[in-house]
Amino acid sequence: MDATLPILILAIPLGMFLVLGLAGYKMSHKMAGVLGCLGMGTTLVLAYTTAFTYFFSGSPEFVSAAGERLQAVIFNHTWLAFTDKLVIRLGFLLDPISAMMLVVITTISFMVHLYSMGYMRDHHGVFERGFQRFYAFLSLFSFSMLGLVVATNIFQMYIFWELVGASSYLLIGFYYVKPSAVSASKKAFIVTRFADLGFLIGILILSYYTGTFNFTELTSAPVEGLADVFSVSETTAQSVRSIFESSATPVFLGGSVLTWALVLIFMGGMGKSAMLPLHIWLPDAMEGPTPVSALIHAATMVVAGVYLVARLFPLYLMEVSALEFVTWVGALTALYAAIVACTQIDIKRVLAFSTISQIAFMMVSLGVARPEFHHGLGYMASMFHLFTHAMFKALLFLGAGALIHAIGSNDYTAMHGLRKYMPVTHWTFLIGCLAIAGIIPFSGFFSKDEILSSCLGNSTFIYIWMSLVAGLTAFYMFRLYYLIFWWKEHKIPEGHHAPHDQPWTMSLPLVILAAISLVAGFIPFGKFVTWNGHPYDFMAHFDWSVAAVSLCVAIVAIVLATAMYRKENDLPAKFRAALPRLWTWAHHRFYWDELYLFITHKIIFDRICRPIAWFDRHIIDGTMDAFATITHAASRAIRPLQSGQVQLYVWWYLLGALALGGITMLCLL
Amino acid sequence: MLLVPAMIMFCCGVYGFITRRNMIAILISLELMLNAVDINFAVFNRYLWPQAMEGMFFTLFAIAIAAAETALAIAIIINLYRSANNIDVHDLNKLKH
Amino acid sequence: MESVGSIILYIVVALAMVVFSVLAVTTRKILRAATYLLFTLFAAACVYFMLDYEFLGAVQIAVYAGGIVVLFVFSILLTSRPGHNSERLSSKSRVLGSVAALAMLLISGYALLSRCALYAAKPALETPTMQQVGQSMMSTGHGGYLLPFEAVSVLLLACIIGGVVIARKR
Repeated sequence: MDATLPILILAIPLGMFLVLGLAGYKMSHKMAGVLGCLGMGTTLVLAYTTAFTYFFSGSPEFVSAAGERLQAVIFNHTWLAFTDKLVIRLGFLLDPISAMMLVVITTISFMVHLYSMGYMRDHHGVFERGFQRFYAFLSLFSFSMLGLVVATNIFQMYIFWELVGASSYLLIGFYYVKPSAVSASKKAFIVTRFADLGFLIGILILSYYTGTFNFTELTSAPVEGLADVFSVSETTAQSVRSIFESSATPVFLGGSVLTWALVLIFMGGMGKSAMLPLHIWLPDAMEGPTPVSALIHAATMVVAGVYLVARLFPLYLMEVSALEFVTWVGALTALYAAIVACTQIDIKRVLAFSTISQIAFMMVSLGVARPEFHHGLGYMASMFHLFTHAMFKALLFLGAGALIHAIGSNDYTAMHGLRKYMPVTHWTFLIGCLAIAGIIPFSGFFSKDEILSSCLGNSTFIYIWMSLVAGLTAFYMFRLYYLIFWWKEHKIPEGHHAPHDQPWTMSLPLVILAAISLVAGFIPFGKFVTWNGHPYDFMAHFDWSVAAVSLCVAIVAIVLATAMYRKENDLPAKFRAALPRLWTWAHHRFYWDELYLFITHKIIFDRICRPIAWFDRHIIDGTMDAFATITHAASRAIRPLQSGQVQLYVWWYLLGALALGGITMLCLL
Repeated sequence: MLLVPAMIMFCCGVYGFITRRNMIAILISLELMLNAVDINFAVFNRYLWPQAMEGMFFTLFAIAIAAAETALAIAIIINLYRSANNIDVHDLNKLKH
Repeated sequence: MESVGSIILYIVVALAMVVFSVLAVTTRKILRAATYLLFTLFAAACVYFMLDYEFLGAVQIAVYAGGIVVLFVFSILLTSRPGHNSERLSSKSRVLGSVAALAMLLISGYALLSRCALYAAKPALETPTMQQVGQSMMSTGHGGYLLPFEAVSVLLLACIIGGVVIARKR
């Protein structure tokens, strides 16, 4: 495949960032917005073309004779060559998941670009301050995210990984005059940075032992016969494999090199994907503008962790304990976030916890995926869920943004009964809720069903656990839905006009995303994305019992939510009174933030930093100060000598000369 | 023998340098000391290494440099006189600060 | 120090030198001090002649007596105010100065008397001819003084420019 298209996919958002960032303040707001949308639209078309070419052209570059989808390195430019082995390359890797991610990212990004044209202005149509800056950052983010998914090697991925972190930081802190936004952006940056430390160490361990950064070489190793798919020679694959299988590699704290590398790399993914216990930044990140939450903190950046594990999935297969770690972190996070989401008041926070929970679903799905069961169904399910979740969660966030824009508050208590005023938002939001709840035929049903099937294939316990979480998902989403759109509406104060639907720039993305959420479930995903490139028709092996169970769970949960929240009644209060402790703990997010504050402030700051600071201030600074004091005192003492009287100087000089002369004479004689 | 008057001349220069307050007088004392040193160079050259010429040349260059130094010093003194209307060293300590 | 004539000459020159230098630093009138300085310089020139350094003596007279003293006189006339020619010296500073000078004299005199043969005869010398002096000054290598000569010429140039800059009216 020609390299022009891939280069343009990366170059256009980057160029747009530079243009809007450098010259944006000279443009009118509208001009900057239109330019940003046009740039993203072009990228969208190019990315669709690329993905279409990859999946449907059938060229031998992409599909082997046996029908396997291959990894294709479109270009791989040597960027920094430190030594023969330590070479950092920038390139463009096209394989099923990166092609899929190209579609997801550009779609959501374009929707958000369009939506922001309406969202980032007040009710009188006046654009917000820093509108051009907003678009510049959006372009930067799109560029970084695209660069991340097409990375040919783990180091390039790390570079773009940090770039998305930086652009996320910039966008969370977009309202930089708000102290809460500033602290939220700092929190997000620091937490993910801490996680990325683990990622970096993992990269270093892995590349130290294998001597390569390239995904194609790393991931071809684990299973024989996989080398062809990853377009690497079998000898290379064998050499990498032998490194991990040899007994020469050291064991550290009971884990092999590979285990440690994979767990540490997963730690980076935990930070970006907000897995327990590094999830604390994501709810606060909702301080950013809502389109940003939809793009970065729901659809694209937060799934980078899932993408990372999926990218290295063959390596994870070599070390099943690492995969089990992934499973359990995911399972715990999913349940935790689902429980917390049931008690939050801020609608964006509910969606944030829902996002954490859904990403945890993907993690679990990857964790339970085994080649023995349905040809690694979990991998496919995870990617499928990533796809559908990106669509319906972006839809929900954009809908929430429309509500917030209309009401001017994040609390559902300020909303209630909006279905009459905002029909478009109501219907699209309902579609989003049905999709995430997993009601047939909405897209969420299919992807979640596949995840549950693969869980069942691994262990019944995980299956029951995740079904429970799926039920909770349906419950809290419909709780949110009823609290926003039903109940008795608030009285509209005199002089205020009623809340109303949004302009077309905001409605159009909602409608498009709702449409995608409706039909995306029927995409035969297994034909496109599987872990080893073999097409796999899930529908042929469709397990109706699992589907029926998950559907029943979802419907029961929705009925429960309807009973409790359709109208104002005292059921929720009773419920709360029955489980006071659970409710309080969940409402306070199980005190994770407080735990972090305790550890950092009480233990690290007080016990470690204070003494070090004291040592620095009193011992080290004290020594330096003593030097300064001595010098100063000495200079004060001899300052009167500098009287400005030349003859006094001569006196001193003469005395010295006489003394010297006298001493010389005495010595000589 | 010729060193004795030179020595006395030098001590006169020292005395004048310390006691006089007029800057030109100080300069005159300086010249006395310089001359005494010049004579020393010449005398030592003549008595100890009569075949060499180092001392003589040293004196020669010292005279040239003394001339330069005097010219510059007098320029400075005149400038000072113009700005302070006074060339008494006791009153000239503004450069201290 | 063989001939009586040379002894007399020595006594005259030494006396003149001592007396005039003492007068130069003790007189109150600054113009007189300059005049006494002139005489002292002449005495020094005499010393150079006695040492058979005629060229040096000539330079001493030309540069010092002819140039520097004239400069002194000019500057004295420029900076002196009527009725302000003399300066009062406090007795304290006079005593202190005398003590310092005498101490100096003591130390250096002690050194001189103890280390030097005062009455040493002047060794024979083929008087350096002007030709030798000139060649030496203009030659490089061992015994040549071209580099210091050039350095001094640059110094003099810098001095001229500096003098002009400093003394220029602003």
